[in-house]
Amino acid sequence: MTLAAAHIDTGDTAWLLAATALVLLMTPGLALFYGGMVRTKSVLNMLMMSFVSIALVTVVWLACGYSLAFGDDVADGLIGGLHQAGMAGLGPSDVHGTVPTLLFATFQLTFAIITAALISGAVADRAKFGAWLVFVPVWALLVYVPVAHWVWGPGGWIGQHLHALDFAGGLPVEITSGASGLALCLVLGPRLGFKKDAMRPHNLPMVMLGAGLLWFGWFGFNAGSAMGATGLAAAAFLNTLAAGCTGLLGWLFVEHKRDGHPTTLGAASGAVAGLVAITPSCGTVSLLGALVVGLAAGVVCSYAVGWKFKLNYDDSLDVVGVHLVGGIVGTLLIGLFAEKAMTGGAEGLLYGGGLAPLGRQLLAVAAVAVYAFAVTYGLGKLLDKVMGLRASEEQEHTGLDLTVHAETAYDHGVLGHGAPVGASSFVPTAQKVNTQA
Amino acid sequence: MKLITAIIKPYRLDEVKTALQEMGVDGLTVTEASGYGRQRGHTEVYRGAEYRVDLVPKVRIDVVVEDADADAVIDAVVRAAQTGKIGDGKVWSVPVETVVRVRTGERGPDAL
Repeated sequence: MTLAAAHIDTGDTAWLLAATALVLLMTPGLALFYGGMVRTKSVLNMLMMSFVSIALVTVVWLACGYSLAFGDDVADGLIGGLHQAGMAGLGPSDVHGTVPTLLFATFQLTFAIITAALISGAVADRAKFGAWLVFVPVWALLVYVPVAHWVWGPGGWIGQHLHALDFAGGLPVEITSGASGLALCLVLGPRLGFKKDAMRPHNLPMVMLGAGLLWFGWFGFNAGSAMGATGLAAAAFLNTLAAGCTGLLGWLFVEHKRDGHPTTLGAASGAVAGLVAITPSCGTVSLLGALVVGLAAGVVCSYAVGWKFKLNYDDSLDVVGVHLVGGIVGTLLIGLFAEKAMTGGAEGLLYGGGLAPLGRQLLAVAAVAVYAFAVTYGLGKLLDKVMGLRASEEQEHTGLDLTVHAETAYDHGVLGHGAPVGASSFVPTAQKVNTQA
Repeated sequence: MKLITAIIKPYRLDEVKTALQEMGVDGLTVTEASGYGRQRGHTEVYRGAEYRVDLVPKVRIDVVVEDADADAVIDAVVRAAQTGKIGDGKVWSVPVETVVRVRTGERGPDAL
C-alpha cells in the first residue's frame, strides 16, 4: 500500500483505457483464428464459443471474480476475499496505482475472457454448447481467478512469496488455458474421424486475419501490463513485436526443412507462439532475450503440435502445442534472460543471477499447470456426468452450426451462385407459429 | 447424335471453349467436378500433419453434336486441353437417342 494519497495519472489512464479495448479485441480475433481452422460445418459454433465467453466471464468477474482475484488476501496467498463482490464500494474516484480501480478491474477482466475462450480450441467441433455455457463461468472462478490471485493479487504466493516473475500472464493465461485445454479434450475424447479423416482448415485467410487481430491486441495485453504509459511499456511493446517476428520465422524455418513448404498456417501459428512466449517475459527480458524467446517458441511449438497424433489426444486446434508449451518456454526463459534494467532487481542466469530464478520459474510453472489440469479435469468429468459434455454423434457428424444454432456459415451453390432455386424457402416466423398452433 | 463428355483441368476451360466455338459448336454445359484418375490426388500439410486429398478439382464439359462432327470435336477438345502432364483428363462419347429444344419443340439434329 502506498502511503502517499492515491492519484490518477491521466497519461497512464489514457493508455490503459486504449490497452483494455485492444485486449478485448483479441477474443473476436481468436474467434476468427480458430474459426478458420475448423471445417465449414462447425465454424459458427467455434465463433460462438469465444463470443459467449466475453459475456459469461464479464458477468462472473463483476459478480465476484474480480474481488476473489484482486481483493485483499484471505488465505495465505491463495485467494482474495469477497469484500468487493459486485464491485461493491468501487466508484469513479477509487484509484489503483495511478489508474482508476474500475479501469484496472476491466483491464484484468479482458485477460480472464480470452483465457477461457482459448480453451475452446481444444474441444472444437464436438463440445455440447449448453455445457460450454456452464463450464466457462465455473472454470473462470475455479481456475483463472485463483491463479491470477497467486501471480498478481495482493499477497499472492507466486508473485509475492515465491517471487517468480510473470509480466503479462504466462501463468494465469497461457499455461492455465493450455493445461485446461489438455484436460478437457481428454475428458471429451477425440473428434469422430480423428487421425482418419482429413480435417483441413476451411478458411486460411480467416486464420490470418484472426492472427493479425491477435497480434494487434497483444500490444495492449503486454504493454498495457506495465500499468502505465511508461518506458517499461515501450520496452514490453518492442519485445512483443520482436518475439512475434522471430516466432514466425522459427516456425517457417522448421516447416521449410521438415515439410518442404512454408505455409500461411505456419506463419500465423509461429507468430502466435512467439507472442505467447513473450507474454510472461516481455517486461523482464532484454531485447536480445525477446528475440531468443520468440525463436525458441516458434521452433519448439512447431514440433509440439505434432505430439497429439503420437499420444492420441485430440487437442483440435493446438491449445496445448502453442499455449501450454509456448507459455512454459517463455516463463522458464525468464530464468535465463531476466535483466535488471527491466525487472528493477531480479536477474537471470545469463546476467549473473544464478540458478535460483530458474528454479522459482520452474516451481511456478509446475504448480499452475498441475492445478489447472487437475481442477479442469475434475470439473469436466462432473459436468459430463451431470449434463453431458459432448454433442451427440449425429450433431457432430452433421455439424454443430446447423444442429445447435440452426444456421450455416456459407451458402454453397454451383459455380459461385446461390443455392438452386427451390432448395429453400422463406417461412415467416408468424406463419410458422400459426401452422404449429 | 453423340454426347461428348470431357473431364479436363479447370485452367484449360477457356482454350477448349474457344476451340469449340471456332468449330461452330453452338452450346455446351460446364460443371465443376472433382475426382481422380491415375494421378490420384495431392498432399497438403497443415501444422506438420499431412493430408492426402484424393479428389482433385476438375471441369466437366458436356456437348451434343451430330455423328459426323463427333470425331473432329473430340480431337479439338483433346488438342485444347492437352498439357502433356499427368492429370489432363478424359474425353468420351455416347450415342444420344433424341434431343428436344424446349423453346420450340424442335427434335433431333435441328434442336442442336
